[in-house]
Amino acid sequence: MGKADRMSAIATSGAQQPTASAASDTIVSFRGVQKTYDGESLVVKNLNLDIRRGEFLTMLGPSGSGKTTSLMMLAGFEVPTHGEIMFDGQSLRNTPPHKRNIGMVFQNYALFPHMTVEENVAFPLSVRRVPKHEQKDLARKALAMVKLEGKENRHPGQLSGGQQQRVALARALVFQPKLVLMDEPLGALDKQLREHMQIEIKHIHERLGVTIVYVTHDQSEALTMSDRIAVFNDGIIQQLDSPTGLYETPQNSFVAHFIGENNILNGEVTAVDGAFCKVRLNGGTEVTARAINIKGVGSRTSLSFRPEKVLIEGINADHPNQLPARVEETIYHGDHVRVRMTVAGSEGFTVKMRFRASRPIPVPGEEMAVAFAAEDCLALDPV
Amino acid sequence: MTVPASASAAPAPADPAATHDSPAALKQKLRRAERMRKLRAMGLIAPLFFFLLITFVVPIADMLRRSVHDTELSTVWPTVTAAMKGWSDRSTVPDEATFAALAKDLRAAGETKTLAVAARRLNYAVDNGRSLVFGTARRLPVNATNWKETLIGIEPRWGQVETWNAVNQASGPLTSFYLLAALDREKLADGSIIKAPEQNSIYIDILERTFTVSLSVTLLCLVLGFPVAYLLATLPPKHANMMMILVLLPFWTSLLVRTAAWVVLLQEHGIVNEILLALGVIEQPIRMIYNRVGVYIAMTHILLPFMILPLYSVMKGIKPHFMRAATSLGATPTEAFIRIYLPMTLPGIGAGALLTFILALGYYITPALVGGAADQMISFFIAFYTSDTVNWGMASALGAVLLAATLVLYSLYNRLVGISNMRLG
Ligand SMILES: Nc1ncnc2c1ncn2[C@@H]1O[C@H](COP(=O)(O)OP(=O)(O)O)[C@@H](O)[C@H]1O
Ligand SMILES: [Mg+2]
Repeated sequence: MGKADRMSAIATSGAQQPTASAASDTIVSFRGVQKTYDGESLVVKNLNLDIRRGEFLTMLGPSGSGKTTSLMMLAGFEVPTHGEIMFDGQSLRNTPPHKRNIGMVFQNYALFPHMTVEENVAFPLSVRRVPKHEQKDLARKALAMVKLEGKENRHPGQLSGGQQQRVALARALVFQPKLVLMDEPLGALDKQLREHMQIEIKHIHERLGVTIVYVTHDQSEALTMSDRIAVFNDGIIQQLDSPTGLYETPQNSFVAHFIGENNILNGEVTAVDGAFCKVRLNGGTEVTARAINIKGVGSRTSLSFRPEKVLIEGINADHPNQLPARVEETIYHGDHVRVRMTVAGSEGFTVKMRFRASRPIPVPGEEMAVAFAAEDCLALDPV
Repeated sequence: MTVPASASAAPAPADPAATHDSPAALKQKLRRAERMRKLRAMGLIAPLFFFLLITFVVPIADMLRRSVHDTELSTVWPTVTAAMKGWSDRSTVPDEATFAALAKDLRAAGETKTLAVAARRLNYAVDNGRSLVFGTARRLPVNATNWKETLIGIEPRWGQVETWNAVNQASGPLTSFYLLAALDREKLADGSIIKAPEQNSIYIDILERTFTVSLSVTLLCLVLGFPVAYLLATLPPKHANMMMILVLLPFWTSLLVRTAAWVVLLQEHGIVNEILLALGVIEQPIRMIYNRVGVYIAMTHILLPFMILPLYSVMKGIKPHFMRAATSLGATPTEAFIRIYLPMTLPGIGAGALLTFILALGYYITPALVGGAADQMISFFIAFYTSDTVNWGMASALGAVLLAATLVLYSLYNRLVGISNMRLG
C-alpha cells in the first residue's frame, strides 16, 4: 500500500510546491499591453501582469472592465493594439491561436453539438494526430477525472448544464496544456452547482499543477478559488494580491468596495504619522486610520471599514476611535445580527454583531457609540 | 366556456359541500374542457384547411384520377365498349355482335359529330387510328347482313387482333396506358409490359433531364450561395443589411422580367458576348442562350435566394465561440471549418438544397424561354398536353410521375439527413 500512497502524496505536494517556491518562474507576462476596438477608447490600458507557473490566477472585475479582452489576447483571438505578451519566455505576437497550446473553457461551453461527448473530448487529440486507440484512452481518462464515466456516447444536447461544463473542462485539459483559460465558466450554473464546481476545479488544479487563468465577476468565486486575484476596473488592474491581501488591505476604494462588504466615511487628512494618519470626519470628530492611499495633509480621503470589524458593545470610554451612532434597523441572521445605523451623520453604516442571547439586540432609535481599532480603518482615495 | 368549468372544479376539494366531484366526474370535466380547446383550435385552422383542400388536395387527387381514368371512348362509343366485355378469346377477333355494335356506334357518333373524340383516343393506342375511324365511318353502309365481313372489307385492320386489343384497352373505365406511356412502357394484349418503340420513348429521357438540370442548378446554387451566406452571417450588421437587400432584390422583380433580361444579356449580340469580344477573350460570339448553358445561368440566378436564405439563418445561429473553441484546441482554421463549421451548417444546406431542387423540378417558364428544344423539362410537356393537345390523361400521368419521383427523393433525403434536422430559420 505504502508506495502508491507515497507517490500520490509526493505528486500532490509537488504540484503545490511551485506556487510557493518558484515565484520567479513566470509562465505568462503581459508587458504594457493596450487594446482598443474602435480606435478611440482603450478597453485595456497598459496591462502589466506576470502569471506564475502553476498558480490559479483570477481576473476579477465588473462587466466591461476588459477581462475577456485580456484573456482573448492571451488566447490569440484578439491582437494587442500595443505591447507584448510573453508565453514561456517567447513573444506570442506571431503565434496563431491553434499553435499556442492553451486550453480554453468558454462560458457557454462551446461543445460541438454534432459530436458525441467522447468525440468532443478527443477532438484536440485528433487534430494532433494522436493514434485512435490512444485518443479513446485519454478521452476516457479525462472524462473520468470530471466524473462523467458512462456518458461518452451522449450528445452535448442530452446533458445538463453542469455536465456540459465538465465535458468542456475535460476537453480543455485532455491535451495537457501548460495553461488553461476559463472565461466565466460557471456563470450559467445555479448557485449550488456553481459552488460545487468551484471546489472541483480547485481540486483538479491542485492535482494537475496546471496554470489556470480564470475570469469572473463574482468576488466570492474569486476568493474561494484563487491563489492570486487581479482586480480589473476600467481596463486597469486595480490591485494584484492574494485573497486575504485583497480583503484585509484593499489598496483603493474601488477594491474595498468591490471585494466583500464595506462602509465608507469621508473626511480630510489632518496629520500623517508613518503608517497611520489622523482624519477629521465631516461631522468634526477626529480618528486615527491606516494611511494606505492618501495624498498628504489637507487632502480628502474615504475611510473604509469592514462591517465585522466595528465594535458596538463593551466599549471603554477611553477607546481612541469612537463615533456617535443611532440605530436605524436591525436584521436577525441567526448566527449574527446586522445593525444598520447612522454614524457620525452618515447613513447606511452596517455593523455585523455576533448574536448572543445574553445581550439584547439594539432597538431602532437607540443612541450608542461605535469604535474600531486604527488597523481596521483604512484611509483610501476619496470616492 | 372552459374558464367557469375549471374554476368550479378547482375549489371542489376544499369545499366539503362539493364532494360529489368524484374522480370520474373530474375526469369528465377535464375531458370536456379539453374537447372545447381542441374545437377552438380546429376552428382557427379551418379556413386554411378548406382553402388547401380546394386548391391543393382536390386538384392533385383529380390529377391522379385523370392519369388512370379513361372514359373518352366509352362515352362516345357506349355499345361497342360494352360489348368488348364479352370478348373472351383474345386470340381471335370478336364475334358478329361486337362488329354490329361498332357499326352502330360509328353511325351514332357520325351523327352527333363525336367521331373526332373516338379517333383521337384510338390514335394514342393504334398507329394511324384516325384514318381507321374516319375511313370506316365514311364508307359505312346503312345495312349489312354480316357486319364482320363488311367492316373488314372496308378496313382490313378490323380483322387484326391488335386493333381490337387497342379498342379493348381504350374501353376504360380504368387504364394504365397513360402512366405506362409516361414511363416509356406499353402493355401488350396478353398483359405483359414492354418498352415502347424507340420513336415513342421520350419521357424517361425527359425525366432524367429534369433531374439532371435540377441537380446541377442546386449544386451551382450551393457553390455560389454558401460563401455569400457566410459573408452575410459574419459581416457587421450595417454591411450585412445592404447585402441582404441585394440578395432579396430578385424577389421584387417578376420572374418573367428576370428571365427576359437574361435573354437580352446572353444573346448572340448581347452585352456579355460584346464585352467578351471587345476584351478579345473570344473571337466569335459564343452561344449562351437557347441551350443548356442559358438554362443553368437563368435558373441558378432565380433560385439562388432560396439557397442563401436557409443557409444564412443557420449560419447566423453558429456563434463564433465554436470556431474559437476548435482553434484553441489546436485545429487549423481550415480544419476547424471542415470539421466544425461545415457540419453545423448541414441543416441549412439540407433545407436550401431540398427547397431549390424541388422548385427546380417544376420549372417551366425559364427553360421554355432561354432553353432549346433539347432543354425542356417535364413541366413543359405537362403544359403542352394540357393546353396544346388537350390530352388530360397524358398530362396527368406525367404529373403523377413527377410527384412520385419527388416523393421518393424526399423520403430518401429524409432517411439520409432527417427532415427534423432541416432548418429554414
Ligand atoms: N469584439 C468587440 N468589439 C468591440 N468592442 C468590444 C468587443 N469586445 C468587447 N468590447 C468592449 O470592450 C469592453 C470590455 O469588454 P470585455 O473585455 O468583454 O469586458 P469583461 O469581460 O470584463 O466584461 C466593453 O466595453 C465591450 O463593449
Ligand atoms: Mg467577459
